[in-house]
Amino acid sequence: MGKLLELQGISKSFPGVKALDNISLTLEEGEIHALLGENGAGKSTLMKIMCGIYSNDEGKILIRGKEVKFGNYMDAIHHGIGIIFQEFSLIPYLNAVENIFLNREPRNKLGFIDFATMRKEASALLDKLDIKIPLDVPVNELSVAEQQFIEIVKALSLNAKILVLDEPTATLTPREAERLFRIMRDLKAHGVGMFFISHHLEEIFQICDTISVLRDGQYIGSMPVKDSNVDQLVEMMVGRKVENTYPPKPANLLRDTPILEVKELKRFKDSASNSFKLYKGEILGFAGLVGSGRTELARALIGADPVYSKDVVLDGKSEKLSSPDVSLAKGIGLLPEDRKAEGLILSFSVQTNISMNNYNKWLKAKYFIDDRKEQEDVKTIVKQVRVKTPSEKTIVSNLSGGNQQKVVIGRWLNNDCKVLIFDEPTRGIDVGAKAEIYELMRKLAAEHGLAIIMISSELPEIIGVCDRVEVFREGNIVADLTGDDINSNTIMLYETGNK
Amino acid sequence: MTNSSVSNGSFKDTFKKLSTLPFFLPLVGFVLVFIIMVAVTDNFLTYSNLSNIGRQVSINAIIAVGMTFAILTGGIDLAVGSVMALSGTIMAGLMAGGIPMSAAILVGLALGLVLGGINGALIAYAKMPPFIVTLAMMTIARGLALIYTGGYPIAGLDQAFAFFGRGDVFGIETPIIITIIIYVIAYIVLNHTPFGRHVYATGGNYEASRLSGIKVNRILFLIYAISGLTSALAGVIITSRLMSGQPNAGVAFEMDAIAAVVLGGAAMSGGKGTIIGTLVGALLLGVLNNGLNLIGINPYVQNVIKGIIILIAVYVSTEKKKARS
Repeated sequence: MGKLLELQGISKSFPGVKALDNISLTLEEGEIHALLGENGAGKSTLMKIMCGIYSNDEGKILIRGKEVKFGNYMDAIHHGIGIIFQEFSLIPYLNAVENIFLNREPRNKLGFIDFATMRKEASALLDKLDIKIPLDVPVNELSVAEQQFIEIVKALSLNAKILVLDEPTATLTPREAERLFRIMRDLKAHGVGMFFISHHLEEIFQICDTISVLRDGQYIGSMPVKDSNVDQLVEMMVGRKVENTYPPKPANLLRDTPILEVKELKRFKDSASNSFKLYKGEILGFAGLVGSGRTELARALIGADPVYSKDVVLDGKSEKLSSPDVSLAKGIGLLPEDRKAEGLILSFSVQTNISMNNYNKWLKAKYFIDDRKEQEDVKTIVKQVRVKTPSEKTIVSNLSGGNQQKVVIGRWLNNDCKVLIFDEPTRGIDVGAKAEIYELMRKLAAEHGLAIIMISSELPEIIGVCDRVEVFREGNIVADLTGDDINSNTIMLYETGNK
Repeated sequence: MTNSSVSNGSFKDTFKKLSTLPFFLPLVGFVLVFIIMVAVTDNFLTYSNLSNIGRQVSINAIIAVGMTFAILTGGIDLAVGSVMALSGTIMAGLMAGGIPMSAAILVGLALGLVLGGINGALIAYAKMPPFIVTLAMMTIARGLALIYTGGYPIAGLDQAFAFFGRGDVFGIETPIIITIIIYVIAYIVLNHTPFGRHVYATGGNYEASRLSGIKVNRILFLIYAISGLTSALAGVIITSRLMSGQPNAGVAFEMDAIAAVVLGGAAMSGGKGTIIGTLVGALLLGVLNNGLNLIGINPYVQNVIKGIIILIAVYVSTEKKKARS
């Protein structure tokens, strides 16, 4: 076995964050190498550097002992690296053959696409890997797994010797995952080296040769799979963090009657049925891996997406919550995870973004907005949530991520809400602003008497902020944790299905 | 010396303030064209010609109000010209059939509101694309107008009806007065009511507005109903001006309305634009049309010139993405 790929001392910084700090890894021929780490540990950044999507600030990349520099994604492909993203890059209305040969279709003498040759070459590739998929239907009619296989074949047809698989099993059924593993073993036999990212430890034990763990952009260690065990890996991933950026939790929360009770919420006829309670003044965490159904549940709750069934009791009264505007009227608000696309109107001012859903508050002569009152209230809110902005008229796209998030919080503070759902409130926000957001959330709960749900994929903040935690796995709430049970190991074990 | 520099400074300040207006460029264009026309023609700056421009502009300007609402939400209304024609012919038909004028006008306006409402319902609740829905309504309304009239103009209207298109109040043409009233109402609605602010929000980011609890579908439904209503109102004026219901009136009027809105600084993607900008855009198109006619430029060439001016105006006002270092 020879060394296929070596990463030496790779570092990468983004404004305000060191995403990767001096990472060194080696991938051998025919090796399946697992990359393990929490969300935000730096796995994706590292993968993107390997594929030329990001450039590294420091360090070297060697392929078969020779240093290479990638200016872009195409460079990496030319050096035999293929990446299978979580979101596919297939053209939905083209079939498998057309997708595999996209932009390098074989031509006949007249310069037209030579479909016969193209099809022959494609089926040869598929046969080699013993993959059976229909070739004549648009890929959007195929299953997720089949689309993934096409991505893999596409990469191999470009002579990829190194494959990066970024959570390939996240959207697969166990049987489909099994098929994927068979193909991976086949590739391994052909000498292809693979990086495999997954949160499911059992898969890693099943398919991988080596495990490397990253945490907070640092390289923690590597070991052969056969020498490792679950507890040890969780320990390595979570580590012990001494961060004291969290506001103190209230000593004894009174939980007598819930402000919100959700019973038997089902998104589809056959999907899991979830129930939970929320009490005034508490911050309830929704922990789980990416894709475990937390956001979906929140959106279904406020009526942003259709649901099959739900039974919601808010403040003692049964409510329908059929759409976000009904939820707003009843006092439930969602602060979406994708701040830029779903939370803010980026090209509008701070003021408009705060006041947009409650103009009725400032009506004069019944129909008209009292601009002066609006401005006064917005000024007060901007101060309250401490948005750092030159003025209320500043366009929000000019603010930092943290200040943008505070603007969204300000919008809900401008409404009389009982329940607020924060979906990944600190994603993409620097450490200082994170602490401010936590403080604001705690203040809303303690002083304004709100009940808060915080969805987060970052365990430290779930542990640091929440009074109670619901753990999600594959669309189900699998645990309700309080007190000392809110710790990394317990949550991680539930999240990954090892408990 | 001191005096002149002071006045100079204040002029500069005013200019600077003006230049931040979203419809600054079309305003400059309007003033330029106006000055050029005054300079090169003898009869541009006469009472009768200016009244004429006012009358001509009014119809496009009123249609463009509804179009502004549609474009502000990121949509479009292609049915305006046909809805105008259908409302106009029905009004004319009712009057010719002996129905009292006021009742006929109300029916015509209500019809516009209903047709626009159908557009709105299909767009907001059936989630169909505005372009397609209003394109279909464009041909349906035109077809209905032709069926209703058998393809011939309907004449024999109540003489009092001439007031709306040909009359005046204290020497000011009625269409101009109606236009001013409509713009004042639209200005207040868009800038000083929750509905108006929600129109901007919906166009600025539909999903963010929806999730924040704004009733985005109701907004979409209403703006297309409004556009139907303004189209029907334009139908009153044009039918009165011609004193007949013309089933073929208003062909390609949607293009002039879109041009006015876009010249006025609105973004086709929604969320950006002003009602005053639309008025300036309509005026610019109006003086251009009138002036080119007075100079005696071939109408075919006029089309080319108008198209080029729209391209230049939109190119200049498009925010160029800054190259990343």
